Amino acid sequence: MKVLMFGWEFPPLSSGGLGTACYGLTKSLSKKGVEITFVLPYSFDTGNADFVRLISAGNIKIKRIASALQPYMSSQEYKKSLGKKTSPKIYGSTLFDEVYRYTLAAEKIAEEEEFDVIHCHDWMTFGAGIRAKRKKNKPLVLHVHATELDRTGGHQVNQYVYDLERHGMHKADKVIAVSNFTKNKIMAHYAVASEKISVVHNAVDFSHHYYDEDFEIKKTDKVVLFLGRVTLQKGPDYFVHAAKKVLEHEKNVKFIIAGSGDMEPSVIEKAAELGIADKVLFAGFLNEDDVERAYKMADVYVMPSVSEPFGITALEAMKSKTPIIVSKQSGVSEVIRHCLKVDFWDINEISSKIISLLRYKPLHETLKDNAYLEVKKFSWDNPAEKCIEVYNELISKG
Amino acid sequence: MVSICFYFQVHQPLRLRKYSVFEIGRHSNYFDEHKNEAIIKKVARKCYLPANKIILDLISNTDGKFKAAYSMTGIVLEQLEKYMPEVIDSFKQLVGTGCVEILDETYHHTLSYLYSKDEFKEQVELHNKKIRQLFNYSPKIFRNTELVYNNEIAAFAEKMGYKGILAEGADHILQWRSPNFVYMPKGLKGIRLLLKNYRLSDDIAFRFSEKSWKEFPLTAPKYAQWINKINGNGNVVNLFMDYETFGEHQWEDKGIFEFLRHLPHEILKHKDNDFATPSEAIKRYDAVAELDFPHYVSWADIERDLSAWLGNKMQQEAIKEIYLLEPHVRLSNNPALIDEWRKLQTSDHFYYMCTKWFNDGDVHKYFNPYDSPYEAFIAYMNILNDFRIKSNKLSEIKIVG
Repeated sequence: MKVLMFGWEFPPLSSGGLGTACYGLTKSLSKKGVEITFVLPYSFDTGNADFVRLISAGNIKIKRIASALQPYMSSQEYKKSLGKKTSPKIYGSTLFDEVYRYTLAAEKIAEEEEFDVIHCHDWMTFGAGIRAKRKKNKPLVLHVHATELDRTGGHQVNQYVYDLERHGMHKADKVIAVSNFTKNKIMAHYAVASEKISVVHNAVDFSHHYYDEDFEIKKTDKVVLFLGRVTLQKGPDYFVHAAKKVLEHEKNVKFIIAGSGDMEPSVIEKAAELGIADKVLFAGFLNEDDVERAYKMADVYVMPSVSEPFGITALEAMKSKTPIIVSKQSGVSEVIRHCLKVDFWDINEISSKIISLLRYKPLHETLKDNAYLEVKKFSWDNPAEKCIEVYNELISKG
Repeated sequence: MVSICFYFQVHQPLRLRKYSVFEIGRHSNYFDEHKNEAIIKKVARKCYLPANKIILDLISNTDGKFKAAYSMTGIVLEQLEKYMPEVIDSFKQLVGTGCVEILDETYHHTLSYLYSKDEFKEQVELHNKKIRQLFNYSPKIFRNTELVYNNEIAAFAEKMGYKGILAEGADHILQWRSPNFVYMPKGLKGIRLLLKNYRLSDDIAFRFSEKSWKEFPLTAPKYAQWINKINGNGNVVNLFMDYETFGEHQWEDKGIFEFLRHLPHEILKHKDNDFATPSEAIKRYDAVAELDFPHYVSWADIERDLSAWLGNKMQQEAIKEIYLLEPHVRLSNNPALIDEWRKLQTSDHFYYMCTKWFNDGDVHKYFNPYDSPYEAFIAYMNILNDFRIKSNKLSEIKIVG
């Protein structure tokens, strides 16, 4: 079976769950004998030699398109990033020009390649998928890792992005949603029929191993971690408010915010305003090793997302034996039991659960031990098998 | 001759509020009055009242040949007195027929035997007193919470004057032996042991409405046939189950009440069958052998051990902490404080923290008022910490948590 996949760069170059998911899924599909032509935007700045090394398993052919696209990018962020490029001439002047340019380049690749099915990851690649389908008359699978409604929390939805998502979903032969949470969103807000959507939950990669170390900070303090883009979608503001409440009851606790994003300045200001600036540490964007160190260092991982289609970080924390508190407004909370679940807006409950985990050792121990056993079930082989089922179903329909 | 010995367990815990960590030190109410009231009323309407009516009818239309035993915790009796006194009245009517036996147990449905013999003894005495007050009846048979049993408990019950004690007919204890006889606890002459026939009991309690079961649907004639087969190779079939089986765990629309209404008549069709209460059974039949229960056995889960209440670190810690307060609470001489402490010992609180089932979800989930065992632990520990502060205020000796 041959798949033309429009995907994204992998960690350490990627900046979130989308790259992580593409990596895990592709690796596992390839292991199961699926031949993949993997098309991805290629930035001159970063280069992707590492990427090719990471993915150099037998069945994968890499096709690169020079492009300034990054997943999760907004129009403003695109403009900003363009200013820094060393050879900007080839790039489109706006995000949407650039997506269009990428789509045309992708169409060319589709013309040259042989494949049985097309598989696209999130909106920036949807146009490319639709054109490839039109050119070769092959079934199209759209994999939805996040919608515009998740990214914006439903406020200031970008009409262009929403329209492209909706158009893609209606043109597609199958839509894969990373959770029931997302499936419901697609049905309610994009008017896609239930039968057309398959739910394929994400998983976590177990290959990376990080060694334990003694952290200086742990000699005096307990650590509560937020890790993710510092954007409205991820709920960093709720995290800071919960920190304030915890600190009213527990003194020796540090709150680490790892990640970057457009809300960073306002969250820093909020921490200062609440008088806890010395207790909230901003670690910025972390590389792969430091992400693992952060999980290891933390006594509690909190994912207070306002709208989280899946939330792979929750599984990563479980893998690092760190107890987790996750928002009920997330896909991952559908599939895991050994965690504490909260509503993202419920500051009282979030802080109460943080305090409980810091105070009650048997809770901390039981939760992390059971979560570690539970997370082992989340191998990328399961979603890969489900994707293969979807491919087979579409191919057999002709 | 084979005698059918029914014993029904009647218990509803006092569920705790979702006590927040921020309430520690505020001494708010620990119990979810609203939920407890709603549940006891619901269970009374769905089970206790209609089931009692059927049992009463059965006794009268079999001319007293039908018999049954009940064990009712002090906790459930208190709730019924408060919210559903008509249920108490209907139990009084049942006791008045002379065909119903009442058993003793711990008043607060606790595992106190494992942690404090003094406390255990007091709770059993409190229960005995409550039954005497309400029903003018003095129990002679003992059954421990969740049928937790070993040799030592039997000896303790014997010393307290009980003539009989109940236990689970666990395979690993019985091995080749049958549960359908009266036994003697190891080394004891003055007390008899009755063992639950768990296959026949669970056919009613757990499998009755299960469509995937090969015997579904279970009818009274079919079940009576199984009983008849025991004739000739057994004396007493002990059918022990939660009373809530009738109408609450197995629903009325699945035919459980019809089954109950017809079963005794079907059983009595065989002239060698009859019904006996536990006291009658041990009087009527000699003990066939001595049974050794060196380790604790209960009637819970496939393990039939204590792991449903004490299987993980949270459960072990929580229960240890509550019993550590004993000397302290006693020294307060404050009846309200002591009563509250005892209500925090109810075994259900620890059952809710069980994680061994949590992956599949099953019978535990049905009974659990919390979303997860972790939530149960958090609420309990917040209450325990508040209670410790309260006891410190009311007592001379300070205990640091």
